[in-house]
Amino acid sequence: MYKGLGIIFGFLFIGELLSEAFNLPIPGNVIGMILLTFALLFNVVELKDVEKEAEFFIKNMSVMFIPPGVGVITYWGLIKSQAVPIFGALVISFALTLILTAKFVELLRGGEK
Amino acid sequence: MNSLGIFLTIAVFYLFSKIYEKKRAFYLNPVMLSIIAIAFILHLTGISYETYMESAKIISYLLSPAVVSLAVPLYKQRGIIKEYSKEIFAGIVFGGTLAILSAFYVAKIFGGSESVLLSMAPKSITTAIAIGVSEKIGGIPPLTAVLVILTGILGNAIGVEMLDAFKIKDRVARGLAMGVTSHGLGTARIILVDELSGAVSGLAMALNGVFTSLILPYLLKLLQ
Repeated sequence: MYKGLGIIFGFLFIGELLSEAFNLPIPGNVIGMILLTFALLFNVVELKDVEKEAEFFIKNMSVMFIPPGVGVITYWGLIKSQAVPIFGALVISFALTLILTAKFVELLRGGEK
Repeated sequence: MNSLGIFLTIAVFYLFSKIYEKKRAFYLNPVMLSIIAIAFILHLTGISYETYMESAKIISYLLSPAVVSLAVPLYKQRGIIKEYSKEIFAGIVFGGTLAILSAFYVAKIFGGSESVLLSMAPKSITTAIAIGVSEKIGGIPPLTAVLVILTGILGNAIGVEMLDAFKIKDRVARGLAMGVTSHGLGTARIILVDELSGAVSGLAMALNGVFTSLILPYLLKLLQ
């Protein structure tokens, strides 16, 4: 367990270090994810060493969004005064992006079958 | 009350997860209901958000190692991801651009203020990247954070159901659309439905975060 956690937090730390050192627009955790993917691809890290720990984090991702989600209450006044453009655009943009992107990719793939 | 936030978050989420396990209806989404319930509890008891966050922030901190962990499903699905690299790349350019333009223009049509338009533009990418991008383009980072979470909640709550309703069966198309539209919360949901879709979703989320942070400043110059 500690080997896997050490690897995951190690890559997170390296990602954060690179993000800050080079002032990149990409956050450290994304850089860490990309680096760990390459480390697995080039057999620097073995899958069995991180698999269980990674799956634990991923399976429990939903609960991690609750605390910042509750933060909605601190911006209530701002959201209320622009409610129509904010929520209208939020829902319409969400539906358009989800369905059109899925249809676009399905068409691309369907054409090759 | 050091442990208030951690206890409240886990206890409330556990309760709503149990309810959701019994009846898997989208309106019973445990993340959405937990946020509403905790906000309501804080309001009723007069406990401030800061007091709640004192310990609750430890839970949201774990999002960072969780993002790193997405490397594992990516690696496990490497063969399929390599096989469809063209569709995945095209899908991110198409979906990532559509997410920005649709949010910006629909908000503009509904009379949104300049700062709201700018805060909306990065709403489909993962929170950590979106806040930095919002700051760079002149949006309101806290508003962007809220919009990102709401977009994620929409994807987590009804994304799978919408893909089913529009009869999209292709697992790569489903995962890609979910990751591009609803980042981590969408990924967290679809990975429970199908591991391949989840892997593509995680990849799409990561690549769309990079893609959006790179093109958004230039795209807005063209729009304004």
